[in-house]
Amino acid sequence: MEVLLQPLQNLLGPLWPLVWILLKIVGIILPLLLCVAYLTFWERKVIGWMQVRIGPNRVGPWGLLQPIADGVKLLLKEIILPTKASKGIYFIGPALAFATALAAWAVVPFSEGWVVANIDAGVLYLLAITSVGIYSVIIAGWASNSKYPFFAAMRSAAQMVSYEIAMGFALVCVLMISASLNLSDIVRGQGRGMFADMGISLLSWNWLPLLPMFLVYLISGIAETNRAPFDVVEGESEIVAGHMVEYSGMAFAMFFLGEYSNMILVAVMTSVFFLGGWLSPVGFLPDSFVWLAAKSCFILFLFLWFRATFPRYRYDQIMRLGWKVFVPLCMVWLLVVGVWMMSPLNIWK
Amino acid sequence: MMNSMDFNSAIFYVLATILVASSLRVITARNPVHAALFLVLAFFTAGGLWLTLQAEFLAIILVMVYVGAVMVLFLFVVMMLDINLERLREGFWSYLPLGAAIGALMTLEMALVLGGRYFGLESVPDPGTAPAGYSNTKELGRLMFTDYVYPFELASIVLLVAIVAAVVLTKRTRKDNKSPQAGDQIAVQSKDRLRMVSMPSEKKEET
Repeated sequence: MEVLLQPLQNLLGPLWPLVWILLKIVGIILPLLLCVAYLTFWERKVIGWMQVRIGPNRVGPWGLLQPIADGVKLLLKEIILPTKASKGIYFIGPALAFATALAAWAVVPFSEGWVVANIDAGVLYLLAITSVGIYSVIIAGWASNSKYPFFAAMRSAAQMVSYEIAMGFALVCVLMISASLNLSDIVRGQGRGMFADMGISLLSWNWLPLLPMFLVYLISGIAETNRAPFDVVEGESEIVAGHMVEYSGMAFAMFFLGEYSNMILVAVMTSVFFLGGWLSPVGFLPDSFVWLAAKSCFILFLFLWFRATFPRYRYDQIMRLGWKVFVPLCMVWLLVVGVWMMSPLNIWK
Repeated sequence: MMNSMDFNSAIFYVLATILVASSLRVITARNPVHAALFLVLAFFTAGGLWLTLQAEFLAIILVMVYVGAVMVLFLFVVMMLDINLERLREGFWSYLPLGAAIGALMTLEMALVLGGRYFGLESVPDPGTAPAGYSNTKELGRLMFTDYVYPFELASIVLLVAIVAAVVLTKRTRKDNKSPQAGDQIAVQSKDRLRMVSMPSEKKEET
C-alpha cells in the first residue's frame, strides 16, 4: 500500500493530505450507498419470507437488480414543488437529512486505525451531528406548507428529541467505564478484562455489564431512526408518509437514503459501543473489520425482524416508553455503575 | 504553500463572515421561522469558531444543546404561532428609543470589558497549540468536579428548581381525563372484561 501511494504522493506534493482525505471519504460513501441500496432489497426479501411471500424477484437474477431499478426510477422522476412552499428551505430539508446521515460516518472506527477523523470527542461529535439531523424533519414538514407533513414533523421531532435523552444517558454509562470519548479507545477498552484474558472476549464486551443500557440504546436507536414499531411518522392510516409526503423523485430519495444510512449507522454504533466493534469474540481468531460487519448485519437484521413482527406503537405509548421507562432506568443504572466503579468489585481498572 | 496560521485565519474570516451575516438576518428576516433558522446557522458557525480556538468540547456542546435541543423547541413554538407581522411592526417607532438605549448600554459594557486591562493579550497570553493527547473535555471535567464543584452543584440545583417550577406552573390535571393507565391495562384479566353466559340451545320452531 505504502509503495503504491508513494509516486502519487510525490506528484501531488502539498495537496496530498487533502486528496488522501477525499479518497477516504469516497471510500466510505460509495460502499455505504451500495449497502443502503441492498439493505432495502434485503429488507423486502426478509419481510417477504417472514410473511410467506416471495419479495422482489423480477428485475435481474433473484431480483438482485431491483434496488438499481428503483434508484433509476427515482432519479428520472419529476421533482414537484408544491404551490406556496417555501422554496429555498423546501430543498434544504432533504439535503440536510442526507448530509447529516453521511457526516456522522467521519468518526466511525472500522478497524484498528481505520477511521477518517480519529478525534478525541468522537461520541460528542456523533451526538451533535445526529441532533442536527432533526432539522431536516422539521424543515421539511414546515416548508411543504401542508398540514399532514407538519403534523408528522412535530410528532417525529418530539419523538427524536425524547429518545435522544435516553440514548445519551445510555452512552454516559459507556463513557464512565471506558473513561474516554474516543470511539477507538472505547472498542479497545472492551478487549481488556478477566474474560478477554481467558480467550472469551465476547463476555468482556460492554453488553454484559451494561445489559439494560444495551437494550435501551438499541431500542432508542430504532425510535431515533423512526423505524417500525416506532414509525408513527409515516403511519399510513393517519398521516400517509409523514414529513416527506409532498416530496417526489430525488428529493424523496434523499430522505430515504438518509434514513437507511442512519439505520446502518445505529447498527454500527451499537456494535462499537456494546459489542466490541472490530474485536473478535474468541481469542484464537484475529480481530478484523469482518467482525464489525457481521455484528452490524445482525443488528440490521433485528431492525427488519422487528418491522415484520411488531404492530406500530401508539403515540402516547412511545412517549411513555421514552420518558417514563427508559430515562428512569438509565438514571438507576448510572448510579449502579457509579457505585460499582467505586467499590472493590470494579472490573474496569 | 500556506502555513497553518494563515489557514486558521482564513477559516476564521470565512466563519466570522457567515456568523455576522446570519446574525444580521436573525433580526432583519421578515419570516420568524427564517429568523429562527438563521439563529441556528449562527450557533452552528459559532461552534465552528470555537473549534478553531481548540475548545472542541464547548463547540460540540453548543451544537448539541442549543442547535439540537433549545432551537428545536423554539422552532416548534414559532412555527405554530400565528404571527401577524403588521401588528408587530406597529410599535416600531415607539419602542425604538428604549431598544436603542439598551443596545447602546450593551455596546458600552462590551467595550468596557474587552477594552479593560483584564482582557488584553498581555494579561491573557495566547495559550499556544495544545500538545497532542491533550483532552479539552477531560480538563474541563476535572476543573468542574474539583475546583468548581460547589458552584457547579449549585447551578444544577437552580436548574432543577426551575424545571420543577415550570412543571408545577403549567401542569393542569383535568378531572375528566381518560388517559389510559398502562399498569391497569397490562394487569387486566379476561374475567374483568368478558362474562361467559351459559345458554341452553333453543329448539328451532317450525315455520
